[in-house]
Amino acid sequence: MAEEDDELILSELDDEELVQQMHDDLYDGLKEEIEEGVRILLERGWEPYKVLTEALVGGMKIVGDDFRDGILFVPEVLLAANAMKAGMAILKPLLAETGAPKVGKMVIGTVKGDIHDIGKNLVAMMMEGAGFEVIDLGINNPVENYLEALEREEADILGMSALLTTTMPYMKVVIDALVEKGIRDNYIVLVGGAPLNEEFGRAIGADAYCRDAAVAVETAKQFIARKHNQMAAG
Amino acid sequence: MDGSKSPTLPDDATLTEAGLAPAARGRVLLLACGALAREILALIRANGWEHVDLACLPAILHNTPEKIPQAVREAVERHRGAYQAIHLVYADCGTGGRLAALCEELGIEMVPGPHCYSFFEGNEIFAARAEDEFTAFYLTDFLVRQFDAFVWKPLGLDRHPELRDAYFGHYEKLVYLAQTDDPALDAKARECAARLGLAYERRFTGYGDLARELQAWLGE
Repeated sequence: MAEEDDELILSELDDEELVQQMHDDLYDGLKEEIEEGVRILLERGWEPYKVLTEALVGGMKIVGDDFRDGILFVPEVLLAANAMKAGMAILKPLLAETGAPKVGKMVIGTVKGDIHDIGKNLVAMMMEGAGFEVIDLGINNPVENYLEALEREEADILGMSALLTTTMPYMKVVIDALVEKGIRDNYIVLVGGAPLNEEFGRAIGADAYCRDAAVAVETAKQFIARKHNQMAAG
Repeated sequence: MDGSKSPTLPDDATLTEAGLAPAARGRVLLLACGALAREILALIRANGWEHVDLACLPAILHNTPEKIPQAVREAVERHRGAYQAIHLVYADCGTGGRLAALCEELGIEMVPGPHCYSFFEGNEIFAARAEDEFTAFYLTDFLVRQFDAFVWKPLGLDRHPELRDAYFGHYEKLVYLAQTDDPALDAKARECAARLGLAYERRFTGYGDLARELQAWLGE
């Protein structure tokens, strides 16, 4: 970090400069600076939802784009995500109080036999940032966990993640169970993970394969909008 | 098994970053991951397979499996004219079946199994254990020697050790699947486990299904 950055006083920046600086700080994974920036914006009267979308999600979008383009790598994305998570921890209780829009509800989890959750956690965080309520089932989930959570939470979306070629076929086990129970069409099923591709997503009967967190958010929004349109038309 | 030191074997860093060019001799080419060069050369020598040549792609492709199929395709196209047959010494290696599809398209054979650590242990044994051992992180001889290049640095743990638990928090043990009996590698693998905060286990595998597969391809 350059010396001049060390001397930067966030509270002296105007709103636009501060948001820009927070994007930079998020990019650099500076957790404390993000927490400070969030507090300053709230003190200036910003709605929590506006802080979330403009300062945090906007910054994370740049991180996501650069990760997709091979400019940033997993460690940097993780640091940025940790910083965003810290900012979100301040905002979350306030978002509930201020009636921020709820786009839909997602149940997400890594499949049985798989303990990898970095991608899944990123998706969960970005979905929350986009206004979805996320029920995170964690890792190593048997089919029963998904079914029980979908029903209990009255979820709109099921998200499944796998990092291993040996565990990704389990996604089909879950989808087949939904079909068998006659509830497959009640849910939007999104799948993701490094060894997956669109063809695999289609073959197992998912609604979409999402190659990264940003795509997952956009895909989820599109499907939710479509669902609402269908309901309105029906 | 340590007749594997060959004058033509590059050092591990070269195998990681650059791979190995073929010696342009023999009728059959083994196109392999650089992480397997030492073991394959040992098997070639032990079996007297004079008709066999070896080319290796950079082992570090292990960390970006989406790039492996294209690299394999280019290498097969580059070398095809010079050999009667090419065999691919890769397992699926995280390509999600894309490598198998490519082999079918190119009409060449590959090693069955999900990863090298699976075929070293023996695919059947590995699969049988996998149900109960999915919290294990595996290393082979090569990966122990190249731990920093394959694990520590690419994950940014040299710069951000605080990220360790984000990567390995759900793992329980490091299993070193040993191709050779080497106390120094055993000690290094144990140290790797400690650095990742994991319990340690060593299992001797020898060359496992790799030896059997090469024998099936190349033996008389």
